[in-house]
Amino acid sequence: MMRHIPVRETILASAILLLIVLIASRFAGFVAPANLANVFNDTAPLIILALGQMVVILTRCIDLSVAANLALTGMAVAMINVAFPGLPIPFILAIAVTLGAMMGAINGVLVWKLNIPPIVVTLGTMTIFRGIIFLISDGKWVNSHEMSPAFTGFPRAAFLGLPVLSWIAIITVVAFGVMMSRTQFGRSIFAVGGNPHAAVYTGINVGRTQFGAFVVSGALAGLTGYLWVARYAVAYVDIAGGFELEVVAACVIGGISIAGGIGSVGGAVLGAIFLGVVKNALPVVNISPFWQLAISGSAILIAVAFNARSGRTKGRIILKSAEVTQ
Amino acid sequence: MTTHTAPANRSDVSPVVSMDMITKTFPGVTALDRVKLDLYPGQVTALVGENGAGKSTTVKILTGIYQTDGGTIRIDDAPVSFASPNDAAKAGITAIHQETVLFDELSVAENIYIGHAPRTRFGLIDTAAMHAAAAKLLDDIGAPFSSHTQLRDLGIANKHLVAIARALSVDARVVIMDEPTAALSHKEIEELYTLVETLKSQGKAILFISHKFDEIFRIADRFTVFRDGAFVGDGLIADITEDALVTLMVGRSVDQIFPDRAHTPGEEVLKVVGYSHPTEFADITFTLNRGEILGFYGLVGAGRSEFMQSLFGITKPTKGVCRINGEIKIIRSPADAVNNGIVYVPEDRGKQGAVIGLPIFQNITLPSLGRTSSRGFLKLAEEFKLAREYAARLDLRAASLDQDIGNLSGGNQQKVVIAKWLATQPQVIILDEPTKGIDIGSKAAVHKFMAELAAQGLSVIMVSSEIPEVIGMSDRVIVMRDGLIASELSGDELTPETLVRHAAGITTSTEGTAP
Repeated sequence: MMRHIPVRETILASAILLLIVLIASRFAGFVAPANLANVFNDTAPLIILALGQMVVILTRCIDLSVAANLALTGMAVAMINVAFPGLPIPFILAIAVTLGAMMGAINGVLVWKLNIPPIVVTLGTMTIFRGIIFLISDGKWVNSHEMSPAFTGFPRAAFLGLPVLSWIAIITVVAFGVMMSRTQFGRSIFAVGGNPHAAVYTGINVGRTQFGAFVVSGALAGLTGYLWVARYAVAYVDIAGGFELEVVAACVIGGISIAGGIGSVGGAVLGAIFLGVVKNALPVVNISPFWQLAISGSAILIAVAFNARSGRTKGRIILKSAEVTQ
Repeated sequence: MTTHTAPANRSDVSPVVSMDMITKTFPGVTALDRVKLDLYPGQVTALVGENGAGKSTTVKILTGIYQTDGGTIRIDDAPVSFASPNDAAKAGITAIHQETVLFDELSVAENIYIGHAPRTRFGLIDTAAMHAAAAKLLDDIGAPFSSHTQLRDLGIANKHLVAIARALSVDARVVIMDEPTAALSHKEIEELYTLVETLKSQGKAILFISHKFDEIFRIADRFTVFRDGAFVGDGLIADITEDALVTLMVGRSVDQIFPDRAHTPGEEVLKVVGYSHPTEFADITFTLNRGEILGFYGLVGAGRSEFMQSLFGITKPTKGVCRINGEIKIIRSPADAVNNGIVYVPEDRGKQGAVIGLPIFQNITLPSLGRTSSRGFLKLAEEFKLAREYAARLDLRAASLDQDIGNLSGGNQQKVVIAKWLATQPQVIILDEPTKGIDIGSKAAVHKFMAELAAQGLSVIMVSSEIPEVIGMSDRVIVMRDGLIASELSGDELTPETLVRHAAGITTSTEGTAP
């Protein structure tokens, strides 16, 4: 694994660099450090969510409810902020993460205990979460003037030259790097996705690991929910509508195998950055936003085709030995 | 439509299908070595042989799944070659598999006619005609259900009937039945026999693959015996006794060398009393001593693997007690089993053993992560140390422990899986078909290693269907049949003939008993 994944990551990183060079050749301002920092900050929510999604996809599941979870948590913390403007930010953060994790736990329990396919579970909870936002908010918006300055100011506060939002993304990336390579949970995730049968014989509880993955994904969606609402200083039913697909796209482009078991933190991050660069660069070089969709779509197809190809050459070897045993 | 064939003396009939000098090799293995097999119209030919004799490969060649590397197949004396399963089907060869290959979500009629349904003028499927034709076929074979029934609502025996109806619908001349009774009840087996008679009376040539001698002598007209991929003999069932057939099938001991084992049994490590399961096994009682290799022999479907999975905590027994070193232990999950020093190396290492995608060292340390981590964090250096130690003990050939396990050969993958379990420092290791599908060199290494493990005081349970291995490696052998312990053999009782007899339920040389 450690041998072939860097190849994929290198290709993706080169593609991103090439893209940036191309854009710079037409609009030099894009590569100014300040602008690149902006692009990164803009991509931070996608990076955070892509990491959560990566964990879920690695266990052979998918979480389509992340954007709805984000929106519901965002609305909940915004309303809490309106009701208790003095509540300190660490509390808000804790509430957001807890709420998100609870929603993830609902997904996880349904997948683990009731054996419902993850795509069905999260499609259902996605709709339910959006519905709940409408119920608790009565369909009304929470606008910036209702939120406390501390609430909206936190993600934008600069620290060592970068906004807190960017720092949170960086911290999440590092934490996930450690979690995936250095903890039993991280190892279990690869084992469950790579070979669930073998994982069972090894004493790993497959369902519980998948549950854990959903909780992680939910917690990150909750965290992002607060950051998103605070950054844009508005909360309403439809925020981040359809964002779950962008999150899945980032994972797929980053080489996370939809079949589970294969993928890396670096891949997920690069996949998210790739989408972020495309999204931010095209308006700058005067290309219609419709092209942006086409480019993202093509990137997904190319990434999947690439993964399928590399997967196949690897699979051949296994299949041959399997054939003999038949 | 019925063409009654000649009575008792059938030697004048010429075969429909004649396979001659058929050879099939896979990388490193010769599955079939110049075998011959003739199938006659209106007769049942039993293909007999141990596991690994080449029966399945023969079926796959006849049905066009595999292509031969040499030899000829003739149909009605004209040489043919099957490039695909479709070619074989067109030639009128059809197979009813151990696990019937049908579609649960479709109706019986759709299952029968999938791929060759009657069409209307507009090229659409003529549902009415299809159901009418299906109903007639079902009636012919005496099926007690309608063509509109959804397949998922049928039991295994009735699914077999659907498969047979499907075979008849394509006007098959040759019907291959690969262990058709393995999953059937006694009554259903009787019904199947009736059906086989019907097929015979219609002039179909039937290839019948079975391990059960009572049914071979009940319904087969002819036999062909393979051993280790080679043709051993054939003839009329009427001309042979069960004993003679067993001898043909087992032959003399294969020229395989097993490690010498000076065995002094230690104290009791594991005692299992009365383990039972609602459907798979009942009343399993045995003891296992330190440093002992206990073989579990039986036919496929005898319940050996199912019992082992229960002992390992994957399925729950309804009854039974397990004592480890005299203490009663309740094993609810594989994690419990591992913690109590029992590990299980499953049969299908591709599916249940190795995690393809994780590097070798991480495969080895997967169940031992508790020991290679501190305060929740894994220590890669410790992991490498543990992996290196056990890789060396097993003489694992790999460029680097960082390599993906998917790039290793079958034998080396097996070594990784065994290393993984040894690294947990178990007391009891269950090896399910430890050498199935690996080359001879790797086999010898696994055998040598098993002997070493036992010598070091580890207790080994070896589930194996290979008679030479069972006899060559085991101190004692438990033979299972139909979910029960048929006998426990050791010392001089341990001969190929007794093993086959006890596993197949042949009590004496008088008559086969019904289970």
